[in-house]
Amino acid sequence: MSDGHSGAAPHASRKGYLIGFALSVVLTAVPFWLVMTGVLGSVQGTAAAIVALAFVQIMVHTLFFLHVNAKSEGGWVLLTLIFTAVIVAIVVSGSLWIMYHLNSNMMPMTDMQ
Amino acid sequence: MSSQAPSFYLIDEEEHHHGPGASTALGFWIYLMSDALIFATLFATYGVLSTSYAGGPAPHQIFELPLVAINTGMLLLSSITFGMAAIETEAGRLRATQGWLAVTALFGAAFVGIELYEFATLIAEGATPQRSAFLSGFFALVGTHGLHVLCGLVWIGVTLVQIGQRGLTLDNRRRIMCLGMFWHLLDVVWIGVFTFVYLLGVLR
Repeated sequence: MSDGHSGAAPHASRKGYLIGFALSVVLTAVPFWLVMTGVLGSVQGTAAAIVALAFVQIMVHTLFFLHVNAKSEGGWVLLTLIFTAVIVAIVVSGSLWIMYHLNSNMMPMTDMQ
Repeated sequence: MSSQAPSFYLIDEEEHHHGPGASTALGFWIYLMSDALIFATLFATYGVLSTSYAGGPAPHQIFELPLVAINTGMLLLSSITFGMAAIETEAGRLRATQGWLAVTALFGAAFVGIELYEFATLIAEGATPQRSAFLSGFFALVGTHGLHVLCGLVWIGVTLVQIGQRGLTLDNRRRIMCLGMFWHLLDVVWIGVFTFVYLLGVLR
């Protein structure tokens, strides 16, 4: 089924999975270690570091476990992934942005309780 | 007569060149992307509500990071064991495929078990979904992910029955490929959960 031509499942190798797994273990252990020990000192710095590590780990999983590349399904897999990523970014950042401003502009409720 | 074959035979042949699983893979991938959008809305909801404690507990008071780390490890291990199952499937080794799928299911079941234990502990402490908007968002997001993993476990069980009865046929290989994409995507979603819900929650 998968001898050479661009079939459904790209040929996955044991080595590829193991590299992906090793990278994932490091990219998971480091953020937990940063938060549990607080070695970086600043909360802002730690937050930025763990968000950056999460994005790298999502890339690692997409490449090594989901085998997404520019050629799979004639490029449609990558195109739909990018489209979804754009929508996810708009939904999440847009919601946070709008609702943060709505909250800021609300009358303070604490005095009235 | 047969030399002048109708053109749809040519189209059919072209389809077969890509293998029967090709269009299924793309269709299933698009389903997974729509599933990712469900999680995006749940992440957005949680993000908006994550500081609305209503006088209830805050994340750093209720989240147990060591437990979350163990849970993350379970899901990560289940991802690599599924990778091994996929390789054995491609190699056509039925016994090894069944073995790795069973190990994957065990790690997945451990994940769901630890998550249910965490939920039970939170609810016993009074941190129920109805306590605050933060906890509603938390249970909706993490619970939906857990439900997906549970569906994945049922799917692995069904797959084990199917390959036990008919072996690694072309159809069953295609099913295992789709199950693999589903399982790996759940691990990708979990990266977002442990980073944005647990780690950033405890930092706040």
